[in-house]
Amino acid sequence: MSVRHALLALLSEGPKYGLRLREEFEAGTGEVWPLNIGQVYTTLQRLERDGLIESDDDEQDSPQKRFRITAEGERELAAWLRTPPDMSSPPRDELVIKVLVALLVPGTDVREVIQAHRRYLVELMQQWTRIKDADAGRDLALGLAVDAELFRLDAVVRWLDAADGRIKRAALESPIAARDDLPRLKRKTGVTR
Amino acid sequence: MSMLELRKVSKVYGLGATQVHALHEVSLEVAPGTMVAVMGPSGSGKSTLLTIAGSLEEPTSGQVLVAGDDLATMSRNDKARLRRQSIGYVFQDFNLLPGLTAAENVALPLELDGVSARKAREAGLSALTDLGLADRASNYPDQLSGGERQRVAIARAVVGDRRLLLADEPSGALDSENGEAVMRMIHAACKRGVAAVVVTHDAQLASWADRVVFIRDGRIVDQTAPVPGPESLLRQDR
Repeated sequence: MSVRHALLALLSEGPKYGLRLREEFEAGTGEVWPLNIGQVYTTLQRLERDGLIESDDDEQDSPQKRFRITAEGERELAAWLRTPPDMSSPPRDELVIKVLVALLVPGTDVREVIQAHRRYLVELMQQWTRIKDADAGRDLALGLAVDAELFRLDAVVRWLDAADGRIKRAALESPIAARDDLPRLKRKTGVTR
Repeated sequence: MSMLELRKVSKVYGLGATQVHALHEVSLEVAPGTMVAVMGPSGSGKSTLLTIAGSLEEPTSGQVLVAGDDLATMSRNDKARLRRQSIGYVFQDFNLLPGLTAAENVALPLELDGVSARKAREAGLSALTDLGLADRASNYPDQLSGGERQRVAIARAVVGDRRLLLADEPSGALDSENGEAVMRMIHAACKRGVAAVVVTHDAQLASWADRVVFIRDGRIVDQTAPVPGPESLLRQDR
């Protein structure tokens, strides 16, 4: 998320001084906001220039200045909240490539390759679950952020499980079948022989 | 001493050409106070592992020890007592008796074991209270939601002084929130010293365990390393 929208969100709760914004920004960093405190004041200036926020006094330095969100700023924030991020073309997935390449390498037990990745993912999930357990539902933002990680990693484990089953069936039905599908996938995954 | 130990346990169903090796020399140790998840696809042998660990089925070869006692050397009566007193089972489909209230379902294993009805009911109520179900004690299973039914099943599995909890896809039919609640309960039971084995294909459930072992075609092929502290993931420079 951009520093811009993080600041608009903090100001949507009510007017705040520059220093307070900086502190709240810092406190929220890690779970939700991106870490880039240096950008706080320059971004405030730009938001004011664009008419999305306004301040009491132009003379003072930023820490003593009180900012409030404008109606246009509220519209901008509301529109941003409802604009879906681009998820239509994900970056090339390194894990998918590794599994597909494993199919090509003679003498490689692809299912063992899959298991190495599955174990790593489950270990990561165990660590996130520990964090969720330790927090015991007190910090809502943390709980949501941890859930997002768990669901994301879980989806990858499910893909590995499905791949595992598909490869096992393909090997039982015809040892060649697993390779036949590869040329069509080359372009999408960037795998070349 | 391990609460549960499997030593090179194999299970073969059928004879000759139709033989199926459900388990092949599986070894596993579960210490008191720890949760082990057994993760694998359907048909991998994970449910067989659980029924053998719970003395509901006998291995073709190998040893099963519960609290240090070899099941093979125990009489049928001793094994029945072990199942009543020391082992709690949780299944995907809850297995509550429809004609009994939640409290009666939880108290049943104690009553079967000769505990007086009043004491059994007290212990049952206390187990339900621990799981936040005190106000549901006199409801019948069909008056409870799926999540509540599974919590009652867990209360029944840990009632009295049970030290070994065996769960087969304990939140299989539940949504993710209720599934998490179930895993939190099993986790809490482990913190009180119970040893638990949870069989599942679901990585999110398995991630509650202290150790995850991966089973494939009847063999344990891999397991996770001990879980590092949370500081390893939080507050990274990002």
